[in-house]
Amino acid sequence: MIASAQAVQGQEEVAGRSLWVDAWRTLRKNRAATVSGIVIGIMAVLVVVGPWFSPYSYDFTDWSNLSIGPSLETGHLFGTDTLGRDLFVRTLYGGRISLMVGLSATLVSLLIGISYGAVAGYFGGRLDNLMMRIVDILYAMPFMFFVILLMVFFGRNLFLIFVALGAIIWLDMARIVRGQTLSLKHREFVEAARAQGVGTFAVIRRHIVPNLLGVVAVYVTLTIPQVILMESFLSFLGLGVQEPMTSWGALVKDGSDEMQSSPWLLLFPAVFLAMTLFCFNFLGDGMRDALDPKDR
Amino acid sequence: MLRYATRRFLGALPTLFILIALAFFLIRVAPGGPFDSEKALLPEVEANLRAAYNLDEPLHQQFARYVWGLAQADFGPSFQYRDYTVTELIMTGFPVSLRLGGMAITLALLVGVTAGSLAALRQNTRTDYAVMSASMTGISIPNFVMAPLLILIFAVYLGWLPAGGLGDGSPRNMVLPVIALALPQIAYISRLTRGSMIEVLRSNFIRTARAQGLPMHKIVLRHALKPALLPVVSYLGPATAAVITGSVVIEQIFGVPGLGRFFVQGALNRDYTLVMGVVVFYGVLIIAFNLLVDLAYAWLDPKVKYS
Repeated sequence: MIASAQAVQGQEEVAGRSLWVDAWRTLRKNRAATVSGIVIGIMAVLVVVGPWFSPYSYDFTDWSNLSIGPSLETGHLFGTDTLGRDLFVRTLYGGRISLMVGLSATLVSLLIGISYGAVAGYFGGRLDNLMMRIVDILYAMPFMFFVILLMVFFGRNLFLIFVALGAIIWLDMARIVRGQTLSLKHREFVEAARAQGVGTFAVIRRHIVPNLLGVVAVYVTLTIPQVILMESFLSFLGLGVQEPMTSWGALVKDGSDEMQSSPWLLLFPAVFLAMTLFCFNFLGDGMRDALDPKDR
Repeated sequence: MLRYATRRFLGALPTLFILIALAFFLIRVAPGGPFDSEKALLPEVEANLRAAYNLDEPLHQQFARYVWGLAQADFGPSFQYRDYTVTELIMTGFPVSLRLGGMAITLALLVGVTAGSLAALRQNTRTDYAVMSASMTGISIPNFVMAPLLILIFAVYLGWLPAGGLGDGSPRNMVLPVIALALPQIAYISRLTRGSMIEVLRSNFIRTARAQGLPMHKIVLRHALKPALLPVVSYLGPATAAVITGSVVIEQIFGVPGLGRFFVQGALNRDYTLVMGVVVFYGVLIIAFNLLVDLAYAWLDPKVKYS
């Protein structure tokens, strides 16, 4: 771990033996994780680029084709909903929102979680006790309910969703980062840095945080699907993204209202959502095996 | 043990206090009041209404009043359902939700532990891979996606089970909601059980038992199961929280008249006191359950010291 940690800084000289290269090799051998990674990549490209190639926009009503099933002739690959809107484009737009919320909220949680955890772990003692006690208390809150309250009270805007979800989900990150920091701070290279008179926050930033990134990368991969799931949950209850914009959760909700007459409205978004979550979970598992060998 | 229990109980109090405070102040900062309507009320009328609900007192006094009420299980009046108190509404919805959630957790434990143990015993065989892929699928498909799919297959196409509602109250109506609620938990519990069971089966005392020639099923049931279940026990806290949250959508989808539906209705109608009451009620429930799980864990695990 120490050798690999130093290798992160001097990757050119020891190319091929760093933590990341090792991890990359292990990950590549794990076929499920590799395939999942590729599927996520394709999905990301598809939701960003796909809508440009479709003749329909997400809120365009095709009056001659209301609620028709998937077909090539009409040009509606996934069919249309009751308002005649093309489901293919809507599913991709929904994917944009879902993935964007997933990434942004994870980023928020990353920023809060790493700084909080690293500070608590590095300073230790009473400060650590207090900070972790706060995390424990927050952990026991039924946060999903508070997010719902926020949505009800302050209107349903996307920015609030990022912040609210990110603000919940950092707790795990903080705990993990703190644990890692505790084990890192007595290492020789940290003491060497301190002996040379490097300031506290510089040590945290330059020596602690870079060495946390492996574990953090694993948790990021596992946090994204959780956030996507939460956003979908909110949208399903009608508290997330508002019409005519959509997200996978909102599409699943619309689809389940119409499932008796037009089951495709449920099936396509459900498959996209489930497949994405599935791939993220598999990739995360694979990365845990690759980057965190102690865990198994 | 008693001292340990007391200490854990006292430790839960700040959590409880913060929960109530957060709920209380969130409602005060929310824009729009409970008396906002299409027509503006006469100032005198509004003043009278505010006085009737004690909204004219200083904040700290209102807070004290709210906490004092909660201590007596009084969640205040509902703003929307004028003739009911929130406590009455909670008490009509909760038994239904409790039955649903209780059955889901029980099912999840039974199926999850069995499947996980089987996978551990047959590690790296087809059984193992089948259980693990099924469980990964279960984790990845959210229950609000699973629920409509279940309805589509078992109620609409096959016509075996009712699509929703409680009907005449026969158990048939509960089958689909319970399954939809339990599936993700089955998935988590089976993964947890498998992991810890594999670890336990490798330990020395199991090897001794095998060397003595005990049959495998006896080893598992008598020796391995209890230590292997420890992580599952500690997962029961988060599991309860997840089932309660999941119950909100599941009740909505299946038209089950439980507490979750009141919550969603209350949220959409801006029935502040009802929504707040449900949040506090569920919060207290989750905190209390976590406490119980902690105590059960300490009791089961010889390594935990009561100091």
